[in-house]
Amino acid sequence: MASRDFSHRLSDAHGSLRKPVSLARRLHIDVPLLVLLLVLASVGLGMLYSASGGDMSYVRRQSIFMCLAFLGMLIVSQVPLDFYRRWSPWAYLGGCALLVGVLLFGTGAKGAQRWLEIAGFRFQPSEVMKLGVPMAVAAFLHQRAQPPSLVTVIGALAIVAVPAALIVRQPDLGTSILIAASGLFALYLAGLSWKMIGAAAMGVLVAAWPIWQWGLRDYQRQRILTLLNPDDDRFGAGWNIFNSKAAIGSGGMYGKGYLQGTQSQLDFLPESHTDFIIAVLAEEWGMRGVLLLLLLYVLVIARGIYISFMAQHLFGRLLAGSITLTFFVYVFVNIGMVTGLLPVVGVPLPVISYGGTSLITLMAGFGILMAVGTERRRVHF
Amino acid sequence: MPHDHHFKDPHTEQRLFRNRMLVAIIGVIVLLGVLVARFYNLQVVNYDDYRTQSDDNRIQVRPVAPTRGLIYDRSGILLADNRASYNLSIVRERVKDLGATLELIGHLVRLDDGDVAKFRKRLKRRRPFEPVPLRFRLSEEEIARISVNQFRMPGVSVEAELVRYYALGDLFAHSVGYVGRISDRDLSNFTKEDVRLYRGTRSIGKVGLERSYEKTLLGEVGYENVEINARGRVLRVLERQDPKPGVDLSLHLDTQLQQVASDALGDRRGAVVAIDVNTGGVLAFVSKPSFDPNLFVTGISFADYRALSDSLDVPLFNRAVQGQYPPGSTLKPLMGLGGLEAGLISRETKIKDPGFYKLPNDPRIYRDHIRWGHGNKVDLIQALAQSCDVYFWDMAHRWDIDGMHDMASHFGLGSKTGIDLPMERAGLFPSRDWKRGARGMPWFPGDSLNAVLGQGFVLATPLQLAVMTATIANRGTHYRPQMVKSVNGVVQPPEVLHNLEAHPNNWDLVFEGMEAVVNRIDGTGKRAGEGLNFRVAGKSGTAQVVGIAQGARYDSEALQERHRDHALFVAFAPVDKPRIAVAVLVENGEGGGKVAAPVARELFAEWVPRPDTQVETAQETALSEGADNG
Repeated sequence: MASRDFSHRLSDAHGSLRKPVSLARRLHIDVPLLVLLLVLASVGLGMLYSASGGDMSYVRRQSIFMCLAFLGMLIVSQVPLDFYRRWSPWAYLGGCALLVGVLLFGTGAKGAQRWLEIAGFRFQPSEVMKLGVPMAVAAFLHQRAQPPSLVTVIGALAIVAVPAALIVRQPDLGTSILIAASGLFALYLAGLSWKMIGAAAMGVLVAAWPIWQWGLRDYQRQRILTLLNPDDDRFGAGWNIFNSKAAIGSGGMYGKGYLQGTQSQLDFLPESHTDFIIAVLAEEWGMRGVLLLLLLYVLVIARGIYISFMAQHLFGRLLAGSITLTFFVYVFVNIGMVTGLLPVVGVPLPVISYGGTSLITLMAGFGILMAVGTERRRVHF
Repeated sequence: MPHDHHFKDPHTEQRLFRNRMLVAIIGVIVLLGVLVARFYNLQVVNYDDYRTQSDDNRIQVRPVAPTRGLIYDRSGILLADNRASYNLSIVRERVKDLGATLELIGHLVRLDDGDVAKFRKRLKRRRPFEPVPLRFRLSEEEIARISVNQFRMPGVSVEAELVRYYALGDLFAHSVGYVGRISDRDLSNFTKEDVRLYRGTRSIGKVGLERSYEKTLLGEVGYENVEINARGRVLRVLERQDPKPGVDLSLHLDTQLQQVASDALGDRRGAVVAIDVNTGGVLAFVSKPSFDPNLFVTGISFADYRALSDSLDVPLFNRAVQGQYPPGSTLKPLMGLGGLEAGLISRETKIKDPGFYKLPNDPRIYRDHIRWGHGNKVDLIQALAQSCDVYFWDMAHRWDIDGMHDMASHFGLGSKTGIDLPMERAGLFPSRDWKRGARGMPWFPGDSLNAVLGQGFVLATPLQLAVMTATIANRGTHYRPQMVKSVNGVVQPPEVLHNLEAHPNNWDLVFEGMEAVVNRIDGTGKRAGEGLNFRVAGKSGTAQVVGIAQGARYDSEALQERHRDHALFVAFAPVDKPRIAVAVLVENGEGGGKVAAPVARELFAEWVPRPDTQVETAQETALSEGADNG
């Protein structure tokens, strides 16, 4: 078969031991990915300076977060992949326990419990599960023959469903969906049959009405309604979207100039330094700025996909693929929300938005990606 | 490492993965395409729309209200001033829980249900992020209490605004009038131009000069293009066009004379109008009872308004221009002149007065107010001095009603005087045509007997009587009465409406008769000249409020107070060179000579000893110009 031949040739060419091992590879650093992320981080700091109204304290704090996150990424990438695979069931179980703990003892704001306080440290267990779930699913599938049998699929779905359900209860629908997606991506990439995918899609369509009716909370329904009719309530729920669209649209092709965005500089744009930061970029740099940013994201994703293709094992392949696709989903959901294509869910723009927690998780993900990409070559048959 | 019992095939795994990943890549590309298309749609296709939206957000054109013109009396005393008032305003968009905020404010400042009800009404008409006033005229203490608690109430602020202030309170309520908040009714009458002019302005003249000179006093609205942030805070002014302040008015009214007139009338209901004979300028203009116009400026409370509108004394009613009363015998000088001009009577005409008059072929008996009559040789002088009715009945019987009507018209009766005040009533002097049209009946001889005595159909406002008196004093020059003396320092020229040509001898005779009213021992208006060192000419009048049946006697004791006759007196002084004409009406005052004449006397005593008007005018002009420049 042509495709089989193709894969043989690919694996032969790159699996060669004759190639000398570079310093970067020995340090478990994927240079293209690192460069791209550093460029993104710089863009992020530049946008943050503008979005915060020239407030250097935000930039300083975010720089510290970024240093920590990059450091974390390099540490994560040092750990052998087998270690992750072996320990992922325990990490997963521990994560689930923490999620239960959040529901029981958690703290939070605005009627949602998302944080757990241990010895004075506050953290979100759901962040841990952003990596814990795809890892657990990948490890689970790694041990089993592909394409996954029905039993395997059900097992994987259970792994995804438990933390997703716990996070929905916090309530944090957005994070829950994204975590579920990361697990499902691993399952999908493992070769989930198209029949099952089709059946699942049908199931979602059938379930849509009952979910709308009984599964969603009022504010969640409101957000979806706002998306459909943004002009209904310009000064209420539609305010964010109205103003972010005005910011983006008024940027035009070439933008109003750095620090010259009127929507963002005059505080019309809500959450301009966090979730809505791309509106600042779009207003000040115009569509060409947006296209450049999208290009950077595409390059990161391309590198991630390349790494997943080159992975030695199923575990690494699934994990790298899942992390990369989830990264894209974050980008898409954030931009889709800010441009009014999707309902408002609290998803930051990866690497660019202000905030430490999500950045550290994100960079840890890239650390795993680097671990996959720089794994020692082993010959296997 | 535990292995699945199935055989793991790395090649199959890789193939499956690549297959799935390729599909995922297609998905990623499609979704990226969606995003790019979305940005293209927002930033390129609809760029102009969003650019406009963003500018609308950022740039606000704010109207800058002009300062309302001031109103001075003739000697530069400020009657209508603008003072800073501190208002409590709320920006609804910045308040999370309005109910709680209102409750908190209620603990800090006096707030009644009316304030809140009106606030909620205003809230519905606001523009986004516009501060909506809740309470006006905060006291110093209230301002302090709000400031201290400001941090607990985001969106609540104290704003300064210039509001009208009438320093002399009720003294000029019926002449200067008042401004009030622009109401829905005002708005519905606005033209497009008005809507532009009143941007930024919250008040509009409601009655009096404030209303008739509204356009002059208002000024021209200015504009400011300001850049604002999302909280409505002005960051900078991009462009400014200054408002043009309203024009100042100086009135003919004299505060001192006004005070005298008001004091002389006392607690009685009635009106006093004094006119400068040589210009038509209104020197005093009193309608009583009056009210405090300051109550209306920022919106009168329901309770205050009910008290004013429900009062039997109708203080809001401007008796001087809206009150139409039978002028009674005050018309006699005018009628006498008419009779002389028409040749019906002369200086020598004398009649016999038995105390009643009978028309030929009419059983009805017309009784004189003196039951036994005025004697056997009553001439015009005596008929005026003692107000002999029979003399005038005899004359009226021989006089065509339309001739009588024309003569009355020359003195401004039966039509609006054209004074620069709103809501003036025209009064009525009947004619044949009028009676046929309005009543569908022919003119009867008895109607003429009523008309000549200012009874029956005849109605006149106190202002009309003052104009009539001034026209007599002028020997026929009929000036339009004017409240405003100068606009922005420019003196308004007097306006002659009509010049009545009459024989000088006839004028002399009428003057002599009116002088006799005040100066003869048997005159009805002696009190108008008591203790004055100049000569006064006048005429008393009594107007029936209820008709008296034939043969019945008028018994004041038995009549309800409000059914008693109105007392009237018209007069001018000094006789040799008239300067001021006065009309006094006292509702249910009964005797014109007894009650109304002393009021007129007080005005003469105040006004006539002053230096001559011509000199004074020159001084005044200089003074008011000085005030404008300062």
